[in-house]
Amino acid sequence: MKRIRSYSFWIVSIGFLLVFPLVFPSLFYINNMIEILINALFGVSLNLLVGYTGLLSLGHNAFFAIGSYSAGVLLQQTSFSIPTSLFIGLILSGMFALFTGYFSTRLTKFYFAFLTLAFSQIIYIIVVKWVSMTGGYQGLTQGIPKPPIHLIAWSIDIAPRLNFYYFTVFLVCGSFILCKMIVNSPFGWILRCIRESPLRAQFIGINVRRYQIIIFVIAGIFCSLSGGLSSLNINGCYPEHADWLKGADPIFMILIGGMKNFLGPIVGAVVLLFINTFLSSITRFSAFFLGVILIVLIIFTRMGIVDLFLLKKETWGKGKLE
Amino acid sequence: MNIMGLLDCIGNLSCLLTHLTSAVVIAMILFLVASGLSLIFGVLGIGNFAHGSLYMIGAYITYTVVSKSGNFWLALILAPIGVGFLGLVVERFLIRRIYGSAHVYQFLLTFGLLLVLDDVVRFVWGFDFKSVPTPKFFQRPPIFFFGSPIPLYYVFIIIMGILVALGLWIILSKTKFGKVVNAAASDPDMVECLGINVRSLYTLVFALGALLAGFGGILASPMRSLSPGMGFPVTLESMLVMVIGGVGSIGGVLIASFLVGLLRSFGILGFPDFELFFVFFLVIAVLIFRPWGISGRALE
Repeated sequence: MKRIRSYSFWIVSIGFLLVFPLVFPSLFYINNMIEILINALFGVSLNLLVGYTGLLSLGHNAFFAIGSYSAGVLLQQTSFSIPTSLFIGLILSGMFALFTGYFSTRLTKFYFAFLTLAFSQIIYIIVVKWVSMTGGYQGLTQGIPKPPIHLIAWSIDIAPRLNFYYFTVFLVCGSFILCKMIVNSPFGWILRCIRESPLRAQFIGINVRRYQIIIFVIAGIFCSLSGGLSSLNINGCYPEHADWLKGADPIFMILIGGMKNFLGPIVGAVVLLFINTFLSSITRFSAFFLGVILIVLIIFTRMGIVDLFLLKKETWGKGKLE
Repeated sequence: MNIMGLLDCIGNLSCLLTHLTSAVVIAMILFLVASGLSLIFGVLGIGNFAHGSLYMIGAYITYTVVSKSGNFWLALILAPIGVGFLGLVVERFLIRRIYGSAHVYQFLLTFGLLLVLDDVVRFVWGFDFKSVPTPKFFQRPPIFFFGSPIPLYYVFIIIMGILVALGLWIILSKTKFGKVVNAAASDPDMVECLGINVRSLYTLVFALGALLAGFGGILASPMRSLSPGMGFPVTLESMLVMVIGGVGSIGGVLIASFLVGLLRSFGILGFPDFELFFVFFLVIAVLIFRPWGISGRALE
């Protein structure tokens, strides 16, 4: 009974996403939803590290950039299909994550965060200076070709927005389901154990570094998928995505939405989109207000929206342990 | 890649000296900013991602003072006080809340501060580029050093950098204040038990760190154009220098600043697009093989 109840939330949400374009058929809503989904995947992948394992990775957008540019360059310059290009991006990100994760996890706290930042800046420099491949500061602006995907007998063209919407829903929800499975498995609980106290985890025999590296690679792979989707979505790849400034966006999502819960970054993605859209429509100084919101949130409450919501549920006696 | 150009320049005395001078100048500015950052991180344990914004505000205050009064020396006095005071306020109301917190919150708070300060600068001074003219005193023919011309202002920066380095060293190792600061960096609880107001000490240290960053901005302002985004690369670079040099050691930061200055100045010659690459490689190598830097404390 309980299992059906907890699955029902997911079934309802996915159902909602599937019928969303029928209820809100305008392109404006569909485009925003696609953006929310892609950002949510970015946030969820980072939260695997920050919220579940306690690893503050400031260089996560390197994987986003790798996924984005791999898909973009391959689709523009080769005849690989979309799934293949995305997949190659995943592999490249995974390799980079393995390499950087191996070295970063030797350090803790600030030094870990800073090393991930340094590695991501290397990607940024490559992206910006390898002009022949990546278009330098301009990025890849000639548009990303979207050859139809051949699936057994069907040919799926994701160029039309509606089709791309369902393509995104499929990939992102599939990723969410995978992530949720990872997080609720014994592996996921070991991650939480590491988050609470790496020292104690070591004392009970957990090879902390191995788990950290594994989740680092997993998070990098999912982030790369969001990058690839993003390049297909905006029809280009831009170096700003690799800069560490942009890397703060997903952390912001995680903070606002709630760090300790799976849904947190998803809620955070929605809220961030609203805030950004709202702010940029009323003022040129959106960064100021964003900064103030951040500061106020951190000073007064460290909990995100979902955390507060769950806290209320707990005090009423129906809470979930997370 | 232009290795031949690099080797040619090293062979040519005047080219070598020009680039050495620019390396030293870069190093001095970096040293000022990075020593402030290292002080803040070493004593307070906060990685201040808004440090470059303090540098930027120092530069912008200089711009205002110089354009209103035409007097650079006035700016040299007022601007550090201004940035130091800003640091004091920031510590008292914001930074104080995140001591000992998880590093996510430290990062986000200082990042929020960065966003706020940058937009304040945009609001007050505008979005476009500003420039501070070389102070009249230094608009003279350059000094010749072994036949190579060195702008007088560069000499001033080098002298100021050396003075600040000496001053910091004296303060931190010879005065009572310095000893208290060092003690608070190792064991703040014990220091508090001994009757010293650690909260005020922290405020002072943060203000000092901010003052140093602002001072770097002041000295750098006649040499670089001012824009609201000028703080980001400085934050990143000063963190690189702090990590390479090792936290808790002014000497280490100084040596690291020189290393980075040399890498930047000669890197531009040999590898025109990738000079930052080497700095990042250096930092990554340091973090992998020698995380406590050149002469820093052991990590926890």
